[in-house]
Amino acid sequence: MRYNDCALRPLRATDLPAVAQDCVTAGMRFQMAWHDWEEGQCVVRYLVSQGNRVPFLLLEVRGEETLPSLAAIVPLLGWYEREMRDLGGLTFTGHPEPFPLVIHEGFSLPLPPLGREGGKGRLSGEYMPPTMPEVQGDQVQNLYWGPIRADVVETGEFHYSYIGEAILHYHPRLFFKHRGLEARFVGQQADAAVFLAERVSGVGSVCHALAYCQAVETAWGIEVPARAQLLRVILAELERLYNHFHYFGLLAKTTTLKVGSATGFLLEERVKQLAAQLTGSRFLRSLLSVGGLRRDLQAEHLASALENISDEGDAYLTRLHQTASHLDRLMGTGILSKEVAFDQGATGPVARASGLDRDLRRDHPYAAYPHLRFDVPVRAKGDAMARSEVRAESLREAIALLMQASGHLKAGPVRAEYIVPRGQQKGLGWTESPRGSLYYAVRIRDGRLERVKIKSPSFSNWRVFPLTAHGTNMMDYAINEASFGLTIAGCDR
Amino acid sequence: MPVWTWTGLKAGKAATRWPQRGPDGQDGVLGMPRWDSAACRTGCDACAAACPTGAIQVNAGKAEVDYGRCIVCQRCVEDCPEGAMASSYDWAFGVRRREDLLWKKALDSRVGQDLGKRVARSLRRSLHIRHVDAGSCNGCESEIGALDNPFYNLHRLGIFFTPSPRFADLLMVTGPVTAPMHAPLLATWEAMPEPRLVLATGTCAVSGAPMDGGYAGGSGLDTLLPVDVWLPGCPPNPAALIHALLLLLERMPQRVQGGHYGAG
Repeated sequence: MRYNDCALRPLRATDLPAVAQDCVTAGMRFQMAWHDWEEGQCVVRYLVSQGNRVPFLLLEVRGEETLPSLAAIVPLLGWYEREMRDLGGLTFTGHPEPFPLVIHEGFSLPLPPLGREGGKGRLSGEYMPPTMPEVQGDQVQNLYWGPIRADVVETGEFHYSYIGEAILHYHPRLFFKHRGLEARFVGQQADAAVFLAERVSGVGSVCHALAYCQAVETAWGIEVPARAQLLRVILAELERLYNHFHYFGLLAKTTTLKVGSATGFLLEERVKQLAAQLTGSRFLRSLLSVGGLRRDLQAEHLASALENISDEGDAYLTRLHQTASHLDRLMGTGILSKEVAFDQGATGPVARASGLDRDLRRDHPYAAYPHLRFDVPVRAKGDAMARSEVRAESLREAIALLMQASGHLKAGPVRAEYIVPRGQQKGLGWTESPRGSLYYAVRIRDGRLERVKIKSPSFSNWRVFPLTAHGTNMMDYAINEASFGLTIAGCDR
Repeated sequence: MPVWTWTGLKAGKAATRWPQRGPDGQDGVLGMPRWDSAACRTGCDACAAACPTGAIQVNAGKAEVDYGRCIVCQRCVEDCPEGAMASSYDWAFGVRRREDLLWKKALDSRVGQDLGKRVARSLRRSLHIRHVDAGSCNGCESEIGALDNPFYNLHRLGIFFTPSPRFADLLMVTGPVTAPMHAPLLATWEAMPEPRLVLATGTCAVSGAPMDGGYAGGSGLDTLLPVDVWLPGCPPNPAALIHALLLLLERMPQRVQGGHYGAG
């Protein structure tokens, strides 16, 4: 009973810091951490990537609810530890930021919702300002912006301490949208809960559902048929395509390039319309299922349907790349160094723009990706320009992958037959979503889910983003934020 | 001539003129399943067992359908052995009364659109919307955002988004209303001048499904705000949003009555 083929390393809590330090020294990257309760015993797990095409390493601490914080050694774990404290009732000693994260200051629950006794009662309370460093000075001004902000945007509260144009400190307060999704999975039939995964992050419906299905399939030892594997790639790359067009529409909006913005959003719309014609859903929902797909798709002619979008998209990206007023605003904006990107857990295009050459589709391949050729674009500079270049190239790669995958399609079944096993199983699933690495860890007993952990890419990148905003200026803020391409729903869950 | 002006002019108009004429852009988009109660077998509860949100419930051998809880997942269509649940393109599901989302055998003789309160004449050709995300999955935001893309070009209908609730005529709410969003949502409503309208956008905002009943999620706007139009859908597509807005402004008729599409 293990998580996939992970190398398992049981530990005592006291040994954690030394082992974590060894992992970091060896260049390993922590992917996520989560807690679980097995037979009344607390289990904390740390998922570590040991290198490309090598199984993950799983550090496991059993039977201890008070652990030393690893945030000083592995800074990206800071948020995971705070989440485990808020939702699971665990204690992490020596945490450098011992403040609430998911459950806001001023709000409380009678019992931790993912605690030993399970959730009871409802979240209640009143607004209180978040814990922030005190920034004082003669001309320092504080701006509290949100949770309801201008335009049609997701809910979040952003705090700026600034002098004139210069941002001294920036603090995003998220989790207003926390819907308790991990707890919602508990008790559901594992093969019927795909609809929930599709609704964690709307614009990531496919990637979430796919990572979830793969986790359950691994747990149950299901082999997905080849045609379904290719169709899954097609769905995932269509999702990447509309997300990336949206990204450029929004980025051009922040650099006040009106036609450039409208063109990006129009191309996004055309991909969504194509998605609907192909699948019946603009968000490609209600298709993925444990074992493959719920029904077959006629995607053989996708290449010709994509031709116009491909040509126009290519011309659009070229035109953006030749517009000095647009590029001027991106160059040198919001620089994220490779070290900070690694330490704080940046993922996806954000990480690749800072020189971290990582992509789960290539490094830990799934679905039909091992049979397809694609490049992983990387840049070194870590500014908004590099982030947009990585996105532009991966948009072109997505189109190439769609053409390739639809050309490879052969007739065959799209869903494996399986029998839901009795007893307990565990599984990990992952995808490289348009925004970066996405993980699901599931534990199932007699066909029902007992624990689901979701690590969304925006949870990682929201932690990193403020570090590129401190010390910059207000004029660049919106451009910098757009260059990260963040969502809040996936982060908040 | 600057290159973007030139490419913009060369590309011409991308906007549809729907609903007057032209495409609505929703070819192939599946809507709420249609229920043919006559084809239903008594004693069978396959659809209710398949429904993940409790939109279909069987009470004393009789199925009850609440489209306000439907997330368009099509599971009931797949699991119904009699074909009584059929996939459809019925997505324009905006209604003035919540009851119209509940399937009824005998339809009211009254016409749905006459039941809403009349909107001020001044709003009909110029409506300003304040959107509030009260805990959505971002699917609804993605579709509401799409209203401003060149294809739907919402401005052509005299409908605009405004940052300030002080300038807003309509509150467009998405999400089930999570605990921390409760107070900010009501504060936004308080800040709006009268007459103020509310559109419950998406199944979450209509009933909370599938996010109700948890420790953090609310159960929609039902008990929180006086809703003028209920629009289920997961998420409602941009044309469904436009239909709901024009229904609110009495510029398009209601399509759904007693859970039946195309009645009214």
